Amino acid sequence: MTSGIRWKSALLLGGWAAFLLVFLAGPLGALLVKCFEDRYGNWIGAANFAAFLHAPNLIGATHHSLFIAALTTLITLTLAFPFAFGLTRSAMPGKALFRAVAGVPLLAPSLLPALSLVYLFGNKGMLRGVMVGHSLYGPIGIVVASVFAAFPQAVLILTTALSVSDARLYEAARALGAGPVRRFFTITLPGAQYGLVSAAFVVFTCSLSDFGIPMVLGGHYPVLATEVFEQVVGLQDFGVGAVVGLALLIPVSLALWAENWSAKRQKALLSARSVLFRPARDRTADSGFMAYCGVIGALLLGIVAMGAFVSLITFWPYNLTPTLKNYDFGRFDEAGWGSFGHSLILAAGTALLGTALTFGGAYLTEKLPGFAGLKRLVRGLAMAPLGVPGMVLGLGYIFFFDRPGNPLSGLYGTMAMLMVCTCVHLYSVGHLTAATALKQLDGEYEAVSASLKVPLWRTFGRVTVPLCLPAILDIAIYLFVTAMTTVSAVVFLYSPDSKPASVAILNMDESGTVAAAAALCMVIFASSAGLRLVHMGVERVLLRRTQGWKR
Amino acid sequence: MAYLVLSDIEKTYGQFRALEGVSLSVAEGEFVCFLGPSGCGKTTLLRIIAGLDRQSAGRVEIAGKDCSAAPPEQRDYGIVFQSYALFPNLTVARNVAYGLASGGGGASKASERRVAEMLELVGLPDIGGRYPGQLSGGQQQRIALARALAPAPRLLLLDEPLSALDARVRLSLRRQIRALHDRLNLTTIMVTHDQEEALTLADRIVVMNRGHIEQAGTPGEIYAHPASLFVAGFVGAMNFFSVTATGKDSVRLGPLELACGHDHDSGSPLTLCVRPEDMILTGEGLPARIESVDFLGPVHRALLSAEGLGSFSIDLAAEQMRDFALESGREVRIKLPSERLQLFPGHPS
Repeated sequence: MTSGIRWKSALLLGGWAAFLLVFLAGPLGALLVKCFEDRYGNWIGAANFAAFLHAPNLIGATHHSLFIAALTTLITLTLAFPFAFGLTRSAMPGKALFRAVAGVPLLAPSLLPALSLVYLFGNKGMLRGVMVGHSLYGPIGIVVASVFAAFPQAVLILTTALSVSDARLYEAARALGAGPVRRFFTITLPGAQYGLVSAAFVVFTCSLSDFGIPMVLGGHYPVLATEVFEQVVGLQDFGVGAVVGLALLIPVSLALWAENWSAKRQKALLSARSVLFRPARDRTADSGFMAYCGVIGALLLGIVAMGAFVSLITFWPYNLTPTLKNYDFGRFDEAGWGSFGHSLILAAGTALLGTALTFGGAYLTEKLPGFAGLKRLVRGLAMAPLGVPGMVLGLGYIFFFDRPGNPLSGLYGTMAMLMVCTCVHLYSVGHLTAATALKQLDGEYEAVSASLKVPLWRTFGRVTVPLCLPAILDIAIYLFVTAMTTVSAVVFLYSPDSKPASVAILNMDESGTVAAAAALCMVIFASSAGLRLVHMGVERVLLRRTQGWKR
Repeated sequence: MAYLVLSDIEKTYGQFRALEGVSLSVAEGEFVCFLGPSGCGKTTLLRIIAGLDRQSAGRVEIAGKDCSAAPPEQRDYGIVFQSYALFPNLTVARNVAYGLASGGGGASKASERRVAEMLELVGLPDIGGRYPGQLSGGQQQRIALARALAPAPRLLLLDEPLSALDARVRLSLRRQIRALHDRLNLTTIMVTHDQEEALTLADRIVVMNRGHIEQAGTPGEIYAHPASLFVAGFVGAMNFFSVTATGKDSVRLGPLELACGHDHDSGSPLTLCVRPEDMILTGEGLPARIESVDFLGPVHRALLSAEGLGSFSIDLAAEQMRDFALESGREVRIKLPSERLQLFPGHPS
């Protein structure tokens, strides 16, 4: 591509790189500097690192974190792959319903499954007999709640990867005598490889970074995320907290490496000549997938139902009288219902800004020619937030924007800053979803439109976006509901005028008014679920208008 | 009058030189084929003409205008790719209307008329409402052609447009492309690796190899007077013999001294090229032995071997086969007519 388009795309890529450098690399750099300072800002060399290495609890927490994350990843992918496969490759009825149910954990803060597990399997839990003497508090509880929280993200990525495929490949394989097992291992799995790798690393790094769950269920089992919180909020030791945060950044390089490695092996699966795969009815397979998705869906819903139940009774297990008093939030937190309004504004802003940013950035890196170095930079920056725990990013924002002389310091404490921070925090999943969808489009559309003198933005609007619309809607809804529930990214950044509901939940949980915390979880859940229903309706209408070619 | 002029085009990817010193001028209304093996740079050259890739050095002039630095949208051409690249989410009619002025918004009367006209032109008048996925490969390629021609470009670029199609469709589409070219008075450049396609379609063939032009000429010239050993071997069937120059007007081929004018020094190693259909079966000349005979329809092609000269082939008419009772194992004598011999420096590799 030549001159005009070349420098425009260079300018755009540069803009994306600059945004991510200022709002991601800048804060992380400030955090890095903080690692070498004591609590008064004096340079103390590697003393904070030495303190980290000589603290047995911090080293133990590192091992615990890696173990929890690895186990969570293994279990989540094992459960999510058949689920996503059923949604895309079987002809079972009720797919839309199952898809919606798989997204249920996203609608509530990760504190909700933790609270529910306490009421189900805790020391006074409804089903504590199931634990046969083992304690929920520790690895068991953390892993179960983490799988619940990470499940929707794995399903989101895997369904996108599995949803487009060339039927001719399957016909060719059948003609060559390949049975269903061989077809699965030679076509389906290689085709979904990029999605699998992406999903594995999203789940791994998310469960590594989550701190809501170990806060509630950790007991005497420290992990890195809770240690950051402990060092920063408990001990006010920003330096060591920053070092613990840095220890969490190691998975970033692994994720980056795996994404690049896998991306190199991914070729366009759907060319203009492809024939879309249509799953055939198969009574046995379909009812099998339906039973499986039904069981998983019931477990997901059961955990949410427990939270709802607890929020509606007076005091488990002693006083089971139904009540709405837990929803009178003014009694438990000074922001009252106002925090919920802040969350709605935060979520809407994050969804709009984040969808445009992640899809636009993925388009620039996947579809425009040239500038390999700049693209690698943008891709690397887009992947980096995966391994950056929200708290660490939030800390970096304090250090960076609160630094005297930063021209952007006016942003500090504003709602705009919360939105930008949340967008950056959630950037990677959006980028990966968009990139996975874009990689599956034919590479020649841009050349054709140039030859027809149609500006690139028009082909972007008329072909690329409509073909990717399901993925775009998924990104937007993911950003909205995650922003509704996020705690970690904003816990250091809010002001009384912008305090979101998720932080209010954390405060209420800490002050022991757990039923009220569960109640506010349910308010977030209900509003997100309502929006999700609207989204499903909108999606159906939009799909009918833009995806006619699939039928 | 020259419609397209390429001067000293060069394209490098790091250390790799994809094109060097490519100069070519294409007359208005001419049908030119870029022919060559894969990796010879023919597609790169087409993409440079299209502005989809940018040359490292050199000049591209289209219709008297210097386009060397112009982006694709400022050049006047239509392009068709091997993979069709039709937009799967748009109907056939909207695909064809894509490059028309009103393609973006609601279809205007003028663009509707143009779409109908184009679909008529490619012989698919009634499928405007369908989606590309519902059409056969040949139909999709005709739609891609209609889409490229809808904005009425004067230059048509075709990147192996027939390679993905089956033989019968390819043959009829080949004729259709040539008919469209003549009817619309287009200047057409087609990239192909299929020599039969190039020989039957083109006014002029540009044979490319390893990033440069080996020869540009009419199909007749390319076939009868290849300019290099590569062209001699790439276009049509050819026999190669190692010979040595023995004077200004003869070469030594095994036991034979052949009269053949050239200007190489005596004793220099040369390659002698003769097409199978130019070899003559007579009672005198090079002794050889028939190894096998293939039936090609109008003629038979016999594979022969001669002492110290390796194997070569000769075309034989059906009546020769009968008259001489030719079959494997027969000893025969072959004459190489001096007016049909081509000499190139160096021995064949």
